[in-house]
Amino acid sequence: MGDGTGKRAFVLKGIGVSPGIVIGKAHLFDRFDARASFYRLQDDTLVSQEIKRFRGALKESEKQLLDVKNRLRELAGREPLYIIDVHLLILRDKMFVNHTVQFIKEMRINAEWAIKMTIDKYRDIFDKVEDEYLKGRINDIRYVGQMITRNLAGGKKDVVPDIGDKGIIIAIDLSPADTAQMMMNKVLGFATDMGGKTSHTAIVARAVEIPAVVGLESITKMVRTNDDIIVDGSAGLVVVNPDPEMIKVYDDKRRHFEIAQENFLKYARLPAVTKDNYRVDIGGNIEFIEEIPTALSHGAEGIGLYRTEFIYINKEQLPTEEEHFSHYRSIVGVEGLKWATIRTFDLGGDKFYSDPKLAKEMNPQMGLRAIRFCLKEVDMFKVQLRAIARASAFGKTRIMFPMISGIEEIREAKRLFCEVKDDLAGKGIPVGKDIEIGVMVEVPSAVIIADELAKEVDFFSIGTNDLIQYALAIDRINERVTYLYEPLHPAVLRLIKQVVDVGHKAGIRVAMCGEMAGDPAYVMILLGLEIDELSMNPLAIPRVKKIIQESTLSESKTMLEKVMTFSSASPIREFVCNYMRERFPEEFQLNGD
Amino acid sequence: MVLIKTFEIKNKLGLHARVAAKLINVTTRYKSKIFFERDGKVANGKSLLSILTLACPLGSRLTIRAEGADAREAVADLGKLINDKFGED
Repeated sequence: MGDGTGKRAFVLKGIGVSPGIVIGKAHLFDRFDARASFYRLQDDTLVSQEIKRFRGALKESEKQLLDVKNRLRELAGREPLYIIDVHLLILRDKMFVNHTVQFIKEMRINAEWAIKMTIDKYRDIFDKVEDEYLKGRINDIRYVGQMITRNLAGGKKDVVPDIGDKGIIIAIDLSPADTAQMMMNKVLGFATDMGGKTSHTAIVARAVEIPAVVGLESITKMVRTNDDIIVDGSAGLVVVNPDPEMIKVYDDKRRHFEIAQENFLKYARLPAVTKDNYRVDIGGNIEFIEEIPTALSHGAEGIGLYRTEFIYINKEQLPTEEEHFSHYRSIVGVEGLKWATIRTFDLGGDKFYSDPKLAKEMNPQMGLRAIRFCLKEVDMFKVQLRAIARASAFGKTRIMFPMISGIEEIREAKRLFCEVKDDLAGKGIPVGKDIEIGVMVEVPSAVIIADELAKEVDFFSIGTNDLIQYALAIDRINERVTYLYEPLHPAVLRLIKQVVDVGHKAGIRVAMCGEMAGDPAYVMILLGLEIDELSMNPLAIPRVKKIIQESTLSESKTMLEKVMTFSSASPIREFVCNYMRERFPEEFQLNGD
Repeated sequence: MVLIKTFEIKNKLGLHARVAAKLINVTTRYKSKIFFERDGKVANGKSLLSILTLACPLGSRLTIRAEGADAREAVADLGKLINDKFGED
């Protein structure tokens, strides 16, 4: 802050994914740094010991890689084997090893520090390479460096990064494994190079109510740890090295935002009933048990989506039935929450990319994930199903299967679930009587055959994030195509309408649990569609409820009719934005959405 | 003995990681010291990272220098691998 060294103030524009403003110190998060502690060796006798320690970690890493290679060999496809070969060669690379040993000897530093210096050296070299592909190989070197460092730390245990004082995390992108290791109470905000509205960073930021801006492209290169920065998650801006005047302006903005937030909470506790007495159930999407109090205080009436992937992440071994059960037990039958919809294992795609044990897929979003994976790994799946069935004895439970694309998948999933329930019943273990089974409608084919699917299940829940991505063929974490991610695309609206109409005709409940359900701009459209339950990030509930409470079903239907007459997204967006701005001037002028 | 020979890189992607890995598999079998050279930059032929930093694209010329008793065999073997486009495309 104005320390006279003339650090220039500049502003970066990204995508605001979690609203609010925070002013603080930047903390550059690097998976490598995060696990390492650096220190100097006290005397010469420690040098040879340190080198031995380094070589030991090399051996251990080599063993692990060979182990992975052997396991992969059994699977089809030789491509991953080559990647491991490359990693092995880096491990054994004389120059890589010698540089590191040399750093330990000459600078009398610990192995972790020396590895970091070796990697930095290679980064400098590779940065000068013009070929983009070769440039990217620095990631392989970093990967190997991380692996050795992990083994230096005693192998299995990951060291939890300590960011010291509170700070704003600056990163390329954050995976669930990264955020799971952070001490979230010390994190004030996120600013990342990559990502979009529905990437993991965004979801976590909204869950813990901190501002976040993603898709900044190169903030990790432009900001250093300890720089002063402002993250404006409402406007999607990051101000680096702000001058005192800017800080004052943003401080006022921050206060303004917080007051507005408090106002919303007043509406949160009341039910979502329109002026003409039409009621919508409001659920909260949660991932961690810690989010339940927030969900309650923000007005969730049930849990509309409980994500279970977290239970699997960062584990050496697969979670046991008891581990599963303890999680489900704490979200089922919570006082004040009328139901809990548990989504089974939806791993794959962007949720798990940092696990080296899983083979990389070229297009993981369309790969072996979710129900596809579960129906292949039946034993693993049954562990989860048993735990859910047991938890259902303690309160209203809905089980939801993700990524269903055809009738066989839901039938098979149901068959397995029945098997598990019968087995439990045979052993005298109680199972909920009123447990409901549903599919998450997110693959376009499921929409098209919704009439068939409706015969199999008790409810639908529309997962808009993936439905939009699959229907419009866009990779939602690729910031170069996020502009095409458009919930108001007429194709998307028609798909949703079809699911609701078919579901209601068959007499089953239709919920929506994607990001779209929590966007205030779409509330009247969703009302007009007569969706039975909207489930969203708890923080979005107060605003959505307020809009529902102030509208009527009949005007929403009229609005929807008009919306469905347009042939493309932009006139729809223009119409909806204007309409909502005029209808709810207070709600839609603050941050211009 | 010292043997020097120049080859043209003919595979589409140039000396990328997988191909460099194949080169290493050959060079490390020989006792000779082996160096690769391109545009005045020299790389240790037994170091993957070193080879990658040469960044040889399709059509670039790579000079191999081998020093030692088995230099001839080493260069012949490497030449075969390069001319075979490393068994790719």
